[in-house]
Amino acid sequence: MTNFIDRRLNSKNKSTVNRQRFLRRYKNQIKKSVSDAINQRGVTDIESGENIFIPKKDLSEPIFHQGEGGVRDRVHPGNDQFTTGDRINKPPKQQGQGGGQGDVSDSGEGEDDFTFSISKEEYLNLLFEDLELPNLEKNQLDKLIEYKTVRSGFCAEGLPANIDIVKSLQGSIARRIAMTSSKRKQLKEYQQALENLKLDKHDHVQEEHELLKKIKELENKIAKVPFIDTFDLRFRNYAKQAVPTSKAVMFCLMDVSGSMDQATKEMAKRFYILLFLFLSRTYKNIDVVYIRHHTQAKEVDEHEFFYSQETGGTIASSALELMDEIINERYNDKQWNIYGAQASDGDNWADDSPHCKSLLVNNILPKTRYFSYIEITQRAHQTLWQNYHEVAQTHANFAIRDIKEVSDIYPVFRELFKKNTKNAA
Amino acid sequence: MERGDNMTIKNEKALEQTKSLDDCPDWTFDLLEQYQAEIDRVAKHYRLETYTNQIEVITAEQMMDAYASIGMPIGYSHWTFGKKFIQTEQTYKRGQMGLAYEIVINSNPCISYLMEENTMPMQALVMAHACYGHNSFFKGNYLFKSWTDASSIIDYLLFSKNYIAQCEEKYGISEVEATLDACHALMNHGVDRYKRPQKISLDEELKRQEERAEYLQSQVNALWRTLPEMKKKQNTKQYHFPSEPQENILYFIEKNAPLLKPWQREIVRIVRKISQYFYPQKQTQVMNEGWACFWHYTILNHLYDEGLVTDKFMLEFLHSHTNVVAQPEYNSKFYSGINPYALGFNMFIDIRRICEHPTEEDKRYFPEIAGSNWLDTIHFAMENFKDESFISQYLSPKLIRDFKLFHIHDDAKDNFVEIGAIHNEQGYQQVKHKLANQYNLSNLEVNIQIIDANIDGDRALTLRYIPYNDIELGKSKTEVLKHLHYLWQFDVKIVQEKANGEDEVIAQCPEATTKKGD
Repeated sequence: MTNFIDRRLNSKNKSTVNRQRFLRRYKNQIKKSVSDAINQRGVTDIESGENIFIPKKDLSEPIFHQGEGGVRDRVHPGNDQFTTGDRINKPPKQQGQGGGQGDVSDSGEGEDDFTFSISKEEYLNLLFEDLELPNLEKNQLDKLIEYKTVRSGFCAEGLPANIDIVKSLQGSIARRIAMTSSKRKQLKEYQQALENLKLDKHDHVQEEHELLKKIKELENKIAKVPFIDTFDLRFRNYAKQAVPTSKAVMFCLMDVSGSMDQATKEMAKRFYILLFLFLSRTYKNIDVVYIRHHTQAKEVDEHEFFYSQETGGTIASSALELMDEIINERYNDKQWNIYGAQASDGDNWADDSPHCKSLLVNNILPKTRYFSYIEITQRAHQTLWQNYHEVAQTHANFAIRDIKEVSDIYPVFRELFKKNTKNAA
Repeated sequence: MERGDNMTIKNEKALEQTKSLDDCPDWTFDLLEQYQAEIDRVAKHYRLETYTNQIEVITAEQMMDAYASIGMPIGYSHWTFGKKFIQTEQTYKRGQMGLAYEIVINSNPCISYLMEENTMPMQALVMAHACYGHNSFFKGNYLFKSWTDASSIIDYLLFSKNYIAQCEEKYGISEVEATLDACHALMNHGVDRYKRPQKISLDEELKRQEERAEYLQSQVNALWRTLPEMKKKQNTKQYHFPSEPQENILYFIEKNAPLLKPWQREIVRIVRKISQYFYPQKQTQVMNEGWACFWHYTILNHLYDEGLVTDKFMLEFLHSHTNVVAQPEYNSKFYSGINPYALGFNMFIDIRRICEHPTEEDKRYFPEIAGSNWLDTIHFAMENFKDESFISQYLSPKLIRDFKLFHIHDDAKDNFVEIGAIHNEQGYQQVKHKLANQYNLSNLEVNIQIIDANIDGDRALTLRYIPYNDIELGKSKTEVLKHLHYLWQFDVKIVQEKANGEDEVIAQCPEATTKKGD
C-alpha cells in the first residue's frame, strides 16, 4: 500500500518564517551592513537588493565539543606506503593536517563571513524601519494635472474615423427589425391565407389575386427600409481624463565650497538617497538633477557632485538661479512634480541670503511640490538659515532642519515629511 | 501473409510492453506507480518489512526547505533553520553542492520525498533506497524499535510547532527564541542513553501537558523551599543532590531548574524529545545507509535479471550508484573521511558473499555465518546492531584489504603520528577495533555530567567534564555555559579533574568574580 502525493504545488516558502526570524535576530548586524551599503551605492540605484555580510563568528551556535590535545586514533582508507610503526612528522605548529586528522569541525570558528542577499523590499524595509514613512497623500498629487484620453462609451455624432462598425451594424439590424416586424407579421398572415386558398378545392381566383397584390406591396415596403441609416451610426467617444503625472524631478543642491568636507557630503548624500527612495515609492520616473555651487553653480553628474572638491566662497543664490533656469527650460511644472533638496553647511555671503529668500519665494516655491533645506553644521546658524527660517514660516512646502550627526538624518527625514501630512490633514 | 506478419509484430510489441518497463528519462505518476509496484514485489520477495509508504514529489526549493529543518516535515519556527536555508540556498546556487535525491522520515506512514528533477531511473533508485531500504531499517532495527515511535512523531512535531507558536504569542518571540537557543546548545545532552524513553503521543501530550506543568512547578517549589535557618553557615552538605551524576542535562533542567516558567520547561522537553528521536539515526549512519544502498542495488539488479528494466536504465542507475558508494583514498583531494555509504554498502555485500561463497579465511573469522542463509544473516545483522557493534562484528579481513584501511595513532604530546596498524594479518583486529571506536558516539560526544546542585546554598550548579583520551573541552564551553546559565539562572561551572586528583574549574558563568564562601 503506497500513496503518491504531489506536493509540488504546495507553498514553496516554508522557510520564510524562519528567514524572517533570522533577519530579525541579526537585525543590528544587517542594519549596519545596510547603512554601510548606502555609502557604496549610487543615489538612483534602488532596483537591486543588497548583499549582507555577517561575521561567521556571530552566527555560530555553540555546543560542547572536543577541543585540542589528547590522543586520537583514526582509520583511513587507501594505504599505499605505510607499514606498522612508521612515524610521520607533523607539520610544525598546525596540528592535525597530516592525514585529515581534523576532528569534527562544528565550532563555527571559521573566518569567512556569512554572506547572503536580501531583496529590494527587505532592504527598503530595513532602511526605512525607524522612519514612519509619511504618505505623501493624493493631495500632493492632485494639483498636478496631465490629461489622458480614455474611451468612454459611444455617441451618435462624431468623426467618420471613429465609427464603430460593429455597434453601428447592430443598430442597423435592430432598426430594421423594429421597422419591419409588423409588416412581416402581416406578410406571414397573407401568405398563410394564400396557402389555405390554394389548398381549397374551389377556385378563388379573385381573392388570390388580391392577396398576391397585397403581398407584393408589403414586400416592397420591407425592401424600402434602408440597410443602414445615419440614425444607426455610432461613434466611439473619447473623454479626457486628468491623471496625476508619474514623473518627478528631484533637484539636489549642494554647497561644495572649501568648508564642506567629505563627511558632510556623505551625510548630505544619505539624505538625498532617502529622499530618492521615498519618491521612488510614489513616482514611476524620477529625474535627478545635481547642482553644485560655490560662487557659481554648475549642473554635474552624480560622481562629480559627491566627490569633487572646490575651494572658494559661497553664493547659494547661484544654485537657486540655475535650478529655476533648468525648471523653466526642461521641467514644466504642469508635467513634473518638482522636489528640491538643498544641503549646505550654512556658509553664505551675508548679502546673498536675502536674494536667496526672494528667489525661493517668488520663483521656485510656487513651482515645487516640496523644498527642503538641511544645514549640516555644528556651529551657530548664519544668515542663510535665518532667511530660510522666515520662508518656512510662511510656506508649507518649504522646510528646514539642521543635522549635526549621521544619526540625525533618519529622524530629520521623518520629521520633514510628518509635517507635510499634518498640513494635508 | 502480410496480415500474419503484422500480427506477430503486434504481439511482440505487446510482449515487450508487458515485459520491460518504460525507460524514458521523464517520469510520470503512472510510471512511478508501475515501478513502485515492481519494487514492492521484489522487496517482499526478500522479506523487507516496511511501514506504509507515503511518497511525496517535491521541487528543489522544497527540498531546500526540508534540508533547513533537518528533515523534519513540520518544524517549529526558529532562526537557525532560516540560517541553514540561506546557507543551503547559497551553496546550491553556486553549484558547490547538489541536493540529496531524497529525504526519508522515520514515521509511520514512512514519508519519502522525491525530487521533481530526478529522471525516471533516479526515481526508481530513490524509491528502492528510501521507501524500502531506509523504511525497513526504521521498522526493523532494535534502536529505532525501542527508542523512537514512528507512528506518533508527526503528531508530536505538530504539537511542538503549535505549542511554540502559542508561546511566542503569549510570551514574545524573543523570550521563546532565547529559551530555544539555550536548549539547542545543550541538545546533544538531552538524550537518555540507557533509559528507554516513554512513547509519545499527541493526545496524551495535550492532555498531560497542563497537568505536568503544574505538577512540575509544584515539585520544584518543594525542592527549593528555603527555610531561613538552613541557609546559615551550612557549607558542608550532608547529602548530594543529585544523588548520582546526571548526563541528561536537559532532563535535569526540565525537572529541577528553580526559576524556569512552566512553558519554558515544556520547551526544554520538546527539544529533548526531538533530540532523543534523532539519537538512533546518529548511531546507525553506516548501517542505515549501507542497508539502503544494498537494497536499491539488489532490488534493481533483480528487476534487471527479470528483464523488467532495460540496459539504458541500468547504465544510468549504475552511474549514480557508483558515485554514491565511491570511497576516495586518504591522499585524494576529495577525501573527507570514510564514506558511510561506501563502508555500509560494501559490508552488507561482503556479508552476503561470506554466506554464499565463503573462503577459508572467512570460515576462520566467521564460523557462524560462513555458508549460512544470506538473507537470514543480513536481516539479523540489520536488526540487532548499531554502527559500532556492526563493524566489530562483521568487518572482514577481505574488506579491510579492499579498502586498504590503516590506523593512525596521534598523540598531541608527540611531534609525529604513528601508523598503528595496516591491512595485514597482524593489523586486522586493531584496525577493526579502532574503526568501530570511531563510530562510538560516547567517544565522539563529550562526556559532561551534572554532579552537584547546591540546593541548600547558593544554588550553584556544577558539571564535570570527563575527558576521553585526554582531549580538552572545546573553546565554545563558555558560550554554552551562558546558555545553561540562562536556564538555570544561578551560577554554573564545569570542573575537570587534574592529574593530582583535585578538581579544577575550567569554565564558569558568570565569569569568576573572586567570591569566597561566606
